[in-house]
Amino acid sequence: MQQLLNTALGGLTLGMVYAAFALALVLIWRSTRVVNFAQAPMAMVTTFVALVIVDAGHSYWLAFAAALASGLVLGAVIERVVVRPVEGGPEINAVILTLGLFIVLHALAAVIFGNRYRSFPAPFGVRGIEVGGTTIALTGFGIFTILAVLVTMGLLLLLFQRTDIGLRMRASAFNPEVARLLGVRVGRMLTLGWALASVVGSLAGLLIAGGSLVHPGYMDSVVVYGFVAAVLGGLDSPFGAVVGGLLLGLALSFVSGYVGSQLVALAALVILMLVLVLRPGGLFAQTAARRV
Amino acid sequence: MRRRLHRPTTLVAAATAGVLLLGACGAGGRDDDGGGGDGGDGGGGATAPGVTEDSIKIGAHFPLTGVAAPGYNEIPTGAKAYFDYVNAQGGVHGRQIEYVVRDDGYNPTNTSSVTNELVLEEEIFAMVGGLGTPTHSAVVDFLNDEGVPDFFVSSGSLQWGDDPEAYPYTFGWQPDYEIEGKIIGQYVAENMPDAKVGLFLQDDDFGDDAEKGVRQFLDDQVVAAERYTSGNTDVGPQIAGLQAAGADLVLSFNTPSYTALSQLVALRLGYEPQWFYTNVGSDADLVGSLLSRFSEGAVEGGSSSLDGVMTTEYIPGVDQPDDPWVQLWQKVWDEHGEKGKLTNYRVYGMSHAYAFVQALQAAGEDLTRDGIVEAMEEVGADLEGPQLAPFRYSSDSHLGISGMRVVEIQDGAGEDLTPVLITDIGDAEIVEDDSGQDGDAPPENGVPEAP
Amino acid sequence: MAALRTRASAWWAGSILGRHLLVALLGLVVVVVVLESSSDFRNLQLASMAYLGIAAGGLTVLTGLNGQISLGHGALMAIGAYTTALLLDDREASTPLPLVVLAAVVVTLLVGIAVGAAAARLHGPYLAGATLALAVAVPGIALYFKEQLGGEQGLRVVLPDIPAWVLDLAYFVTGQDLTRSRYVAYLAWLTLVITFVLLANLARSRVGRRWRAVRDDEVAAELAGVHLGRARVSAFVVSAAAAGAAGAMMALTVRLAAPSGFTLTLSLTLLSAVVLGGLGSLAGALLGAALLTFLPQVVTDIGVDAGLSDIRAAELAPLVYGVVMVLVILLAPAGIVGTVRTALLKRRLRRSAAAQTRTAGTNPTAPGTPGTPTTDPATTTSKGSTT
Repeated sequence: MQQLLNTALGGLTLGMVYAAFALALVLIWRSTRVVNFAQAPMAMVTTFVALVIVDAGHSYWLAFAAALASGLVLGAVIERVVVRPVEGGPEINAVILTLGLFIVLHALAAVIFGNRYRSFPAPFGVRGIEVGGTTIALTGFGIFTILAVLVTMGLLLLLFQRTDIGLRMRASAFNPEVARLLGVRVGRMLTLGWALASVVGSLAGLLIAGGSLVHPGYMDSVVVYGFVAAVLGGLDSPFGAVVGGLLLGLALSFVSGYVGSQLVALAALVILMLVLVLRPGGLFAQTAARRV
Repeated sequence: MRRRLHRPTTLVAAATAGVLLLGACGAGGRDDDGGGGDGGDGGGGATAPGVTEDSIKIGAHFPLTGVAAPGYNEIPTGAKAYFDYVNAQGGVHGRQIEYVVRDDGYNPTNTSSVTNELVLEEEIFAMVGGLGTPTHSAVVDFLNDEGVPDFFVSSGSLQWGDDPEAYPYTFGWQPDYEIEGKIIGQYVAENMPDAKVGLFLQDDDFGDDAEKGVRQFLDDQVVAAERYTSGNTDVGPQIAGLQAAGADLVLSFNTPSYTALSQLVALRLGYEPQWFYTNVGSDADLVGSLLSRFSEGAVEGGSSSLDGVMTTEYIPGVDQPDDPWVQLWQKVWDEHGEKGKLTNYRVYGMSHAYAFVQALQAAGEDLTRDGIVEAMEEVGADLEGPQLAPFRYSSDSHLGISGMRVVEIQDGAGEDLTPVLITDIGDAEIVEDDSGQDGDAPPENGVPEAP
Repeated sequence: MAALRTRASAWWAGSILGRHLLVALLGLVVVVVVLESSSDFRNLQLASMAYLGIAAGGLTVLTGLNGQISLGHGALMAIGAYTTALLLDDREASTPLPLVVLAAVVVTLLVGIAVGAAAARLHGPYLAGATLALAVAVPGIALYFKEQLGGEQGLRVVLPDIPAWVLDLAYFVTGQDLTRSRYVAYLAWLTLVITFVLLANLARSRVGRRWRAVRDDEVAAELAGVHLGRARVSAFVVSAAAAGAAGAMMALTVRLAAPSGFTLTLSLTLLSAVVLGGLGSLAGALLGAALLTFLPQVVTDIGVDAGLSDIRAAELAPLVYGVVMVLVILLAPAGIVGTVRTALLKRRLRRSAAAQTRTAGTNPTAPGTPGTPTTDPATTTSKGSTT
């Protein structure tokens, strides 16, 4: 019973991180119709920026803010310099481009920061909370993770549904020509979309890293799981991304605990294929059929 | 329209030709370079590849990139520092050691291609300390077919030494995982007969061989065995499984980063068994530095974070700064090392480099590949060195160090729980070591003589 | 004499298969000359270039001609390699080598049908994500079924003894003894030539035209009676079969099939090979494979000479691939071969245009206008990205 609960709680926390990562993918998808496979190494680079600041003796929260800020800049720069030329072109070019970025950022981080394990601090406890004499697998940092992701999702929903700028971002992604005619500065909206997504991705990176170990490859598996989570939720909806992340986190945790940790990636593949074949629009699709 | 159609195929042919010729030209140039080396060895009488009158070229494959690189990529830096130290003292029999390290990214495909490069193009005399079980498996046949001495494989798998007839040129170095499992198993059976034992195993030969050894003594005490996949950093479900099975003593066969991860998960789960990490995973210095970051005193700072944990020891490490061997390593590192401090990985690299230098001494001035292998089979069991127990080298066995002692970590350093115990694979008995290897010290100049 | 020449050129223009075979024969001659004149080390390096080239050739057909992307070709190679390893597990294994390779191809092909059927419903990023998951998931299967598939250590591959007639033939033709590494290199290059001839013929056939039609405009293709799903699945299956052959050659070259040989890096590497060379071009795939085989050593040596430590210099090779991959997509989406080809065509076009203005009165662009999208696969990738 305790194992069941703890495996579930572990999956919940991990699922929240996948959710955060899926949120970042969704943001970019909504703003530029590109799936950013370089999201993971981008987040990894910003996490290392935070680590450098912590190593220099500054507080965790300063490092946290710096990581998010560097994420904002990195996202904007990458969109303007590298991604802009392929936007609107064949889908395949954008995919290859982000994979190229994946390789570049990875190698660059290994050259600059060194390829070894380092520990990353957490601002809250890493000890499980005691409830009625037994410890449950939920730490202070775990609660922070869950809250942070929920708040981010709320903010994104607000942005897209309640604000003018969110509307313009959606319009730019949906139909750049028309949006331009209506006076939207499409280019800026796209840059903004990438920058925001990169901030959310950095948040995901910080949440995975907190109270654990980092090295240049520590986010790699998250690319796959974050993508599966995003597709589970429909790739288009922040709410769907969070639910998708949670479900995936739980499922993978149970597979790892009760079947075998070797099959976690295979389980993710099976889930992905089931969703794509049975409900291509994601679990919450309003229209049954959609081109995927 | 028609004229265009055949162009792609013509281009294929042209490109094939061009590329192949390019490769071939390269080959010509490189071979000439290699040939020059061979020409210079007339005087010394040695005719082995990679050996000249004043130099010996050796090689190794290590993961310098990729997921396995963190940690392991420090081993060759230690070995290189020691070889540089020996070179600065005049080398071995007047020959300078040239140490060529190639990256295989812990990928057997790459291991195979870099080993081809080392043996066929760089023409190394011997492979020294190539790391990893799956990686080295990919090249062990090739090295033995070519007759290249394959010394001191950096892995505790049995296959490097239990069958010298199949692999006459390959020698293990560290105690194999099975005897480590046996020694730990016997200690637990004798001293903690009521413990409910959980096994936390890396899912490869490391975990498998060790489990075999442990179960020789503890089969009915084991209540759970959980395996983790290297690379998957979420070990929560596995530790939760051990907790659920009620294990109050966990024997962990894992790498140092997984020691840190398992400790963190245990904190999260409020799981407090007695931990027993193997030598590989118990690098107190490294694990401590990994764990020291975590806030709120949940983990005590520094290397004391593993206090109370049991482990084994077969060479002295950086937690024993007063040990004469560690003092030598510190001196070597200060004089010839790269940036960064001396770590246990680097000590490991230096320790096997020391053994190799001694093997070269034993092989004598007329260095040949078969000569050094014969020398190792004859006198290998008498090699001096930091190892606490002697090597098992003979014509029947190429397995490495024969034993270790069980220690408990206090204040970041090991306190002896047993004397040095030695044994062998299979049913061999576990006995106390009387070779005196434990108490020895390096020679004054830090360079070994022939045994 | 003139009549003979006309007949020859008519044959050259008419028989695609004959032309491909002739080129293949020429290629084989080059292979023999080069392999015989290079060292054992170069032979093995060339063997790895060959298996990368085979897999990249399959991938470039899929991506360049059919517009599907796959990050899972590493996993498909794993299937070919494991099949080979299971059939060649000891020296007494009696299966003849051609049958082993054929079995590897067939097994991979069957898996390819399953994956391709699922993939046919997916586009661009979805397909990339799904095949990415495939690449990550497959090595785990080998770990889980440790008893059968050898776990982390993998399965050894025992290269059967070289048949006596091959040894005799080799000695008769070249006058020197055939070493095992050279034998492997011959096998790999022979497989490459056969695969490329088959792929080139398919690409020029009705099937290939359907693939391109689907890639260029699905609606138009469907209106023209092309079954979209069938075209996609068949492209994927052909590509998977090539990956299977590549996996078999890899197993013979490395003499091991282990999960750590088939990481995501391998799949990304293959993709970068076809991007570097130029999507859709077999020559490009071969060039990409050559770069992947020979570049790391060069780059690492430069890094070490420039004063980097071994550890950091080792990271330079992936850095260079990544940067080149990004630059190719941004600056020369047709890849190296495509760009060179376009430049040559432009020059010829300019020259013929100049000639035609001199003769005046004729339409300068009408005859043999090259570079139309249906015949130059490379232009698909350049079409949109230049806007």
